[in-house]
Amino acid sequence: MSVSSSTKSVRKNTSRRKGLSINAQMIPTLAAVVIFIVMLIMGQALFGNYFKLGFVSNLFNDHAYLIILAVAMTFPILTGGIDLSVGAIVAITAIVGMKMLAVGLNPWLVMLTMILIGAAFGLLAGVLIEEFNMQPFIATLATQFLARGIASIISTDSLTMPKDNGFSWIGGRGLIIIDNPKISNDLNFNAGVLIALAVVIFGYFMLHKTRTGRTIYAIGGSRSSAELMGLPAKRTQYIIYLTSAVLASIASIVYTANIGSAKNTVGVGWELDAIASVVIGGTIITGGFGYVLGSVLGALVRSTLEPLTTDFGVPAEAVTIVVGLMILVFVVLQRAVSALNKQE
Amino acid sequence: MASERKAQSSNSVVKRLLSNNLTWSVVALIVLVIICTIFDHGFLRLEWNTNTGGLAGPLITVLQESARYLMIATGMTLVISTAGIDLSVGSVMAVAGAASMQLLVSGTNVWVAILLSLLIGLVVGCINGALISLLGLQPFITTLIMMLAGRGVAKVITSGQNTDASQIAGGAPLRWIANGFILGIPANFVIALIIVILVGLVARKTAMGMMIESVGINQEASRMTGIKPRNILFLVYAISGVLAAIAGLFATASVMRVDVVKTGQDMEMYAILAVVIGGTSLLGGKFSLSGSALGAVIIAMIRKTIITLGIDSAATPAFFAVVVILICVMQAPKIHNLSAELKRRRAVENSRKAVAA
Amino acid sequence: MTATEPIVVMKGITIEFPGVKALDGVDLRLFPGEVHALMGENGAGKSTMIKALTGVYKINAGSITVAGKPVTFSGTADAQQAGVATVYQEVNLCTNLSIGENVMLGHEIRGPFGIDWRKTHKEAQKHLSSMGLSDLDPRAPLSSISIAMQQLVAIARAMVIDAKVLILDEPTSSLDANEVQELFAIMRKVRDSGVAILFVSHFLDQIYEITDRLTILRNGQFIKEVMTKETPRAELIGMMIGKSAEELSQIGAKKSRRVSKEGEKPIVQVKGLGHKGKIQPTDEQIYAGEVVGFAGLLGSGRTELGRLLFGADKPETGEYELNGKKIAINDPHTALKNRIAYSTENRRDEGIIGDLTVRQNILIALQATRGMFRPIAKKEADAIVDKYMKELNVRPADPDKLIKNLSGGNQQKVLLARWLATNPELLILDEPTRGIDIGAKAEIQQAVLDLAQQGMGVVFISSELEEVVRLSDNITVLKDHKKIADIVNDETVSQETIVDTIARSGKEA
Repeated sequence: MSVSSSTKSVRKNTSRRKGLSINAQMIPTLAAVVIFIVMLIMGQALFGNYFKLGFVSNLFNDHAYLIILAVAMTFPILTGGIDLSVGAIVAITAIVGMKMLAVGLNPWLVMLTMILIGAAFGLLAGVLIEEFNMQPFIATLATQFLARGIASIISTDSLTMPKDNGFSWIGGRGLIIIDNPKISNDLNFNAGVLIALAVVIFGYFMLHKTRTGRTIYAIGGSRSSAELMGLPAKRTQYIIYLTSAVLASIASIVYTANIGSAKNTVGVGWELDAIASVVIGGTIITGGFGYVLGSVLGALVRSTLEPLTTDFGVPAEAVTIVVGLMILVFVVLQRAVSALNKQE
Repeated sequence: MASERKAQSSNSVVKRLLSNNLTWSVVALIVLVIICTIFDHGFLRLEWNTNTGGLAGPLITVLQESARYLMIATGMTLVISTAGIDLSVGSVMAVAGAASMQLLVSGTNVWVAILLSLLIGLVVGCINGALISLLGLQPFITTLIMMLAGRGVAKVITSGQNTDASQIAGGAPLRWIANGFILGIPANFVIALIIVILVGLVARKTAMGMMIESVGINQEASRMTGIKPRNILFLVYAISGVLAAIAGLFATASVMRVDVVKTGQDMEMYAILAVVIGGTSLLGGKFSLSGSALGAVIIAMIRKTIITLGIDSAATPAFFAVVVILICVMQAPKIHNLSAELKRRRAVENSRKAVAA
Repeated sequence: MTATEPIVVMKGITIEFPGVKALDGVDLRLFPGEVHALMGENGAGKSTMIKALTGVYKINAGSITVAGKPVTFSGTADAQQAGVATVYQEVNLCTNLSIGENVMLGHEIRGPFGIDWRKTHKEAQKHLSSMGLSDLDPRAPLSSISIAMQQLVAIARAMVIDAKVLILDEPTSSLDANEVQELFAIMRKVRDSGVAILFVSHFLDQIYEITDRLTILRNGQFIKEVMTKETPRAELIGMMIGKSAEELSQIGAKKSRRVSKEGEKPIVQVKGLGHKGKIQPTDEQIYAGEVVGFAGLLGSGRTELGRLLFGADKPETGEYELNGKKIAINDPHTALKNRIAYSTENRRDEGIIGDLTVRQNILIALQATRGMFRPIAKKEADAIVDKYMKELNVRPADPDKLIKNLSGGNQQKVLLARWLATNPELLILDEPTRGIDIGAKAEIQQAVLDLAQQGMGVVFISSELEEVVRLSDNITVLKDHKKIADIVNDETVSQETIVDTIARSGKEA
């Protein structure tokens, strides 16, 4: 026997396995694509406005924040972790931002402060996870309570932006691509969508084009292997939770600019929406496999759910049940796929 | 020699007391009571209220409020012991509360309403248990979904209203459970205590406790000893569901009104905190029900303290988050090994110097 | 080889774990262009020493110099920075990534727009080729190749970081003879390029074939550093176990031949028992009072067969007969209820329940067969615990100690007690003597023979052929997930017989 003979047999093996395993792991993502298309077609067929440019514009304009949150959540989930604090970080940064705008501070300074506050919570989560061995979901649950608690201490009122704030332009009409005579049917993307696009590109670049990104995948595969390979696992974990928290602050900026007001209860349950987006988009909840673009797709599915359920007359309070069921179905699907892979 | 040994043994008793979580919990409880008494000199007063037929006073309200924490903390202790988590307890409380109120309003017999509410809690717990044990899903994601969906279910049950059953005449027994007294002590506290003791007896007098711990310590090794980990996991989530439903009844019956947003809100955090205070590790394994029970009372006491000190109630979650973080940090191996690590560094430094010299 | 300066000098290394001194003042020198073997019994401290050099464990005393510079590693990244690379027995790569990515992780080639994947894969290809793995597609997932191949990929990775020292921790235990030769060819190439190699293996033949220098450890202490060529085998073994060869031959009890009775039925008889990817359909039978040895390399299917007999994995094919009656054994609970017990090879992960007491660990299996709500009466429990702790000489003799605080040998005895407490007819022991000291080893071997004498059927699985040959009535030889021979163990059978059987089957295939 020689080296070549053994590698040949390996190779044969490889091509067979490659096709199978990748296909199997793609199943959830493909399912998400199908679901999205079906939702749109169904909406169009039954209610007739889902292909309208105005609808598409609003879908993006109103949910740019969710796309950003989905990208944010992709990072921890890729390592098998989770960040339950994103919704609460949106709340505290929004409240602080509103308060600062109310006293007429420079909007850029306001944004910077919001981002720094988010970063502080991300750093705290990182410290708790890495230095004190807390499980990510416990650590970020604690920071969630902390952030929302502080937000509630600052204010429990609904705060509105003052006029001329140098802030709402983010949620304005933005880039008009197709200007239809009827304003409700323009194809326009506000600055929030462009920020979301930038975030998506950043997420893609970070995960696929940097060593830190590859380390994130390696940690998701096996933390101990990553460490034994000499990869900076600890530093990467800090980066992950910092990134998700900072992106949550950016989502907060985009959201408040679009809505024009904020309350301490804003963002309750958004971590679930973000998790739903990520999971629907094909990222495995136990880590190691997934991609940012999938999460964007997941966010779009989640966003389309809102008008669709409303059009169907589903009561608003039942939407959370639908979202919960959706996460459940996809997590079970992932579980089945990984069991299938293992058997192979 | 003999006296030395004696000193040593008494020393070790002190040491054991100091290293015992229960001791620290009791100390914490006493400190909280003292703080409250300083701020409110009447904090310790007890009087007989002839209207209710029970004792009255700040401490009694603490007991009354702690009943619900006792319930969820007990369930959570068993779940955490298996290295799991149940984030859905708050939502189950809301669902059970909503169901009982809605049933009462629709004219159902109060006992049937109570039974059905508990049944709903059991069903939710069983769904959690089935997903986790049969499908092998991660506990936190499963119960997180249930936390979200459960709140939705509660809202669907009441059609989004905060159903009020205080005017329903047949609701008296339920009202008594939450507000009545047995031998002068709040009935809900007595009931909760009896349930905790029952669970404790079953856990420790049969092999249930050992098997739960065993699964939490090493699931695969447990399976190899013939234990069926799936059954154990299913069991603990089912128990947690029922106990959360009881907590939900306590919480809604005290005002005979369910608030679909606020009932059971943040309860998962309180339950986790009570368990952690009680000395059960979040990584699973050995559990202490008495520790968790004490933890539950401490939580009620902390809430009372916050009110007594006049701190804005909005600060409560932030305050509890800080406590959780502090306790977890203190339990972290890094802190425990700090002195050993310092010693090690010194030794290496010395041997380095020795080599250099 | 050459009388150059050593590249690594470890002096007076001491490592303490809570309650145990794992290493006590151990020295080690590694020379460039040499293969150096770390020798010692299980538990001698070899892997602890390696982990000290790779920065996994922090040292309590001593010093490490690499290339003349004193170093303190606070993690594996530090060690790799200093040029120390390690390939572990359980390959530590990421199976969710591609082969090429695993080779290049942390060293991807970057262009102006982040990682340049084309160049990175090309570089990976180059390193793989230099290991003779040019046929491997760097874009294929790592999970698509065998463990043996993954090991070579791990070595390729070590070359990427330009290692000056390459540590190979038991790389050969899951390889067959040809794969070992492939590995050795690569090791020689790496050695000749001036890299110092630290090699750990249990196979003496391999040690004498590939290494230049030996460091011997025993019970966490440094015994001696010698040149391989100048050290006869007997002397080496003597240093490893602290006893001379003659003494050694007297330790183990030997199985007296079991006399089979006319018309006797086996306790367990299986036909075509198999599980895809684990073990091909296999026939096996075990009689009362018989010791059946399972022999084969790691990954041969010896453990897998044992697990199927116990229902630890659910069999996919085959028939199971217990005392002549057809039965389905699909999980451990059913097996134990039917008086079949299995002691795992993986004591830490599948055996002990660390935070429970010795007492609880002994009683738990019996309790599980009775059911959760029928607790064992205190009196009966005390009697069982007392009996087995005495019989098996468990130290310390305190049943309320946590089992995780016992030594490996005593943990193993407690586990044995656990299975004996269920009063099994068939006892399957997977590597019961691995990683325990020689005294405990002899005690456990004696216990096995006593149990068979009392009429229990025993399956004895071990990687140490010497043990298998000495204790078994019949030996089942396995290779590549398949049973290849049934050997009746009479006087003509020796370790060589089994080694030959395994080697011959390779050539035919």
